[in-house]
Amino acid sequence: MDSQTLIAKRIARELKSGMLVNLGIGIPTLVANYVPAGVHVFFQSENGLIGTGPLPQEGLAQARLTDAAGRPVTALPGACAFDSAMSFGLIRGGHVDMTVLGGLQVDERGLLANWMIPGKMVPGMGGAMDLVAGAKRVVVAMQHSAKGKPKIVKRCSLPLTSVRPVDLVVTELATIAFPAGRATLLETAPGVTAEQVRAATEAELVVPARVPSMAL
Amino acid sequence: MKTISLQDAVELIPAGASLMIGGFMGVGTPERIVDELVRQNKRDLTVIANDNALPGVGIGKLVSAGLVRKTIASHIGLNPETQKKMIAGEMEVDLVPQGTLIERIRSAGFGLGGVLTPTGVGTIVEEGKQRIDVNGRPWLLETALRADFALVQAFLADYLGNLQYALTARNFNPVIAMAADTVIVDAEHIVPVGVIAPDHVMTPAPLVDYLIAHG
Repeated sequence: MDSQTLIAKRIARELKSGMLVNLGIGIPTLVANYVPAGVHVFFQSENGLIGTGPLPQEGLAQARLTDAAGRPVTALPGACAFDSAMSFGLIRGGHVDMTVLGGLQVDERGLLANWMIPGKMVPGMGGAMDLVAGAKRVVVAMQHSAKGKPKIVKRCSLPLTSVRPVDLVVTELATIAFPAGRATLLETAPGVTAEQVRAATEAELVVPARVPSMAL
Repeated sequence: MKTISLQDAVELIPAGASLMIGGFMGVGTPERIVDELVRQNKRDLTVIANDNALPGVGIGKLVSAGLVRKTIASHIGLNPETQKKMIAGEMEVDLVPQGTLIERIRSAGFGLGGVLTPTGVGTIVEEGKQRIDVNGRPWLLETALRADFALVQAFLADYLGNLQYALTARNFNPVIAMAADTVIVDAEHIVPVGVIAPDHVMTPAPLVDYLIAHG
């Protein structure tokens, strides 16, 4: 299994029936492919839709039915459409149960940086700041390191997305949460040891006596 | 509401005007109005919109033609030309969180001075803004944002100017229709009064100043 699939499958296990879920672009989008059997969730697309479905069949794309990257999607039965004020009212107002976002850095308190690299990449924050400020649960899907450099760091050197800590980080090596403001190893990926995770992590990592392997 | 030709509608817009333009990555952007702005070479525009789309798509066409002096948007990541012009100092870019941008526009349209939002507290977005504590929580004061013109794309417009939008092409359109001095609408279909049931009207006719004529 490649690392992106592993991350997406692990995060999909966080989905519970009835949840309203917002997926960011990149690895987070893949989570929709692994919704556990029997679980029904509502996916929100921040451009104005609840009930986003899979890609349309060839030839059936609808120019007015797209995801947040402007790509054609479908709407499932029971979907609803709304304007951007409503969409961000849902997000900021605490009505979104869970959001899954990409990350550039997460610090040992759980603070996320995911929207710019000064001088290199300034795409804009889009909806990320509102999602972290308002979603009930924030899950970060990212690779553990970038070009050999740890992404789970003591303090973010990149501009923060929010001062609200995230709830969970899932990488190809580990599941990490932030109880009492401290990065804590919850699970290791299959075949990965806690020591390997610690070695690939700059943040001080709390490692409980027993760390289970990720169930996928 | 008055009907107007595409050319005459765009002639109303002077160089240097501020424009709110509907659309999300080009979906729900009044493409014909954008093309006519390029044809009439309206320069020094301030464009307030969710994003800058892609080169060759929607607002991206205005950027490529060098008509945009400043943009206020939440995302420019998929338009490398905007990023290039921003770095070269040819274009001013004000990046605003998406939920904050739409609320600033909504505030103006709804007669409010601004909103208090938790978004951006403690980040670089807070710089230069007032932080206000209410009920023990910090919020940022984000002020109302208006424009000279709103350029709106609707799915249906009736003969009075009542509007309905379709699916994800709605996005910023009904909100900007409240927040500009002059509202210009292009609709995919113009239909008799009554075709849009009262409960389905998303923008009431009195908000529309000009509807671009078909045919």
